[in-house]
Amino acid sequence: MFDEFAAIKKRIKQREKVLKAWADMKPNDKTRIQQDMQKDHQSVLLKEAQVTGDERQQIFSLRREIEEQEQRFQQADGIAFQKRVKKLAPKPNIVKNTILAFLVGGAICMLGQIIYDLFANSGLTEKNASAATAAALVFGGAFLTGLGVYDVLGKFAGAGSIVPITGFANSVAASALEFKREGFIYGVGARLFTVAGPVIVYGTVVSIFIGLIYYLVR
Amino acid sequence: MADKKVGKQTLQFACAPAITSWASIVGPMEGQGPLKEYFDMVLEDNLAPGEQSWEKTEQKLMQHSMELALEKVKILPGDLDFYFAGDLLNQIITANFTARFLSIPFIGLYGACSTLAEGLCMGSIFLDGGFAEKVGVSASSHHDTAERQLRFPTEQGSQRPLTAQWTVTGAGSYVLQKTGTGIVITHATIGKIQDLGESNANNMGTAMAPAACDTIITHLQDLGRKIHDYDLIITGDLGEVGLAVLKELLGSKGYATDRVSDCGVLIYEPQQDVHSGGSGCGCSAVVLNYLLDEMLYKKKYYRIFFVGTGALLSPTSSFQGESIPGIAHGVVLEYR
Repeated sequence: MFDEFAAIKKRIKQREKVLKAWADMKPNDKTRIQQDMQKDHQSVLLKEAQVTGDERQQIFSLRREIEEQEQRFQQADGIAFQKRVKKLAPKPNIVKNTILAFLVGGAICMLGQIIYDLFANSGLTEKNASAATAAALVFGGAFLTGLGVYDVLGKFAGAGSIVPITGFANSVAASALEFKREGFIYGVGARLFTVAGPVIVYGTVVSIFIGLIYYLVR
Repeated sequence: MADKKVGKQTLQFACAPAITSWASIVGPMEGQGPLKEYFDMVLEDNLAPGEQSWEKTEQKLMQHSMELALEKVKILPGDLDFYFAGDLLNQIITANFTARFLSIPFIGLYGACSTLAEGLCMGSIFLDGGFAEKVGVSASSHHDTAERQLRFPTEQGSQRPLTAQWTVTGAGSYVLQKTGTGIVITHATIGKIQDLGESNANNMGTAMAPAACDTIITHLQDLGRKIHDYDLIITGDLGEVGLAVLKELLGSKGYATDRVSDCGVLIYEPQQDVHSGGSGCGCSAVVLNYLLDEMLYKKKYYRIFFVGTGALLSPTSSFQGESIPGIAHGVVLEYR
């Protein structure tokens, strides 16, 4: 066992007490404590490098303790800072944004309903009319993305234009446009679903679970 | 003994290298801003004429700004001893390809948006140390190349938060000479990384403000100066939010803040809808053009402290839950 072990353990405990008063400490004292930590860290690391087996494992856990403490000290400044600056950041206008999202989102859904009714009245079955409506909306979203309109809409509507299926089309078309310059394989092919990917993955996963539940309770 | 170092972090240049030439090229949006007449060239589109990609456009911006700066003093790239340049893209590709064209000894820099200040520091050190007679310094950013690397595809219809900043499309280049009159660099302060736990990539001003504050205070302490020894203390790209945080930090430590400003606040009009202001290497790189013009031709400022601020943001570390480290380097510019 290396001689300093107990002494370093003791110093870690002592420093932990200082942590609470950290925010009010003088810069020089802060520097001194940081240097103490660095000194312990380095000496323990050197010892760790020199030994093997169980002894290394023991010294590793001591180093880990020091590193975690260093991290806590680093974060101590941050907590007070975050509290102070929170009030300086401008707040979004939630009422206005919600109303805009509601109106635009609602308009897109109403448009979907109109398209659906047109398809249904022209003789498509209920199932086919739904699929055709989704396809039409996806085409519309992608088309407006290509024209450079959808991102302008998104700026005002927020969730209102992201949540409907047109937003999904926008995220795929935007990625396709963006990565076209890296070629069709490493660009478009590989990056097409960078934004929409998570939606597809977790949409599929959730649908499996819903299917299982449906199967069990039916 | 380090006889050119004063205090903890400040370098004092014996020869006071001169900035003898500068040039800037900006994108269309910056060309509609309040500083438009100070830029040498304004692009009409986010793509440069004849270029197929934003990355190639940014590379041309940097190269052409350096060539313009060289042409103003009638020298060629080969007359420069070294070239210091950097940008925001992975592996600093803009700077690398520009250095390939210029074909001069090249030191690539990455300091995020503090790159220009970092380059001016490094260039001055080379000149003052007697290792070079003339050096070139460039920094650039492009809104679309940065957005797609760091955030979302540009056509993605998402709402930017009010704390978000707009990456400047622009490049600025500077020619530094060992001797010269006009604008000289007398001191430089190399900053320490400050990370107070800000992890929001749409609030980089707040992430950088502590670093700017630390560098400014350390600089004043190192030299025994006061804020009012400067006509202007200007940070790189804190934006409205970051500048408010910086003023709050400086004010709470008892420093005056009336002469503290920020390049990211100056570059756009409020009605340009950029939210918190400009950001990116290009922001301070092109706004410094305006500041130097004001110093040299209008005698508006005699001594300024130019503090480049960098949010060292990486999407990878952000997704792994890390906060954004901030850094700030400062140079003292004097009109003589």
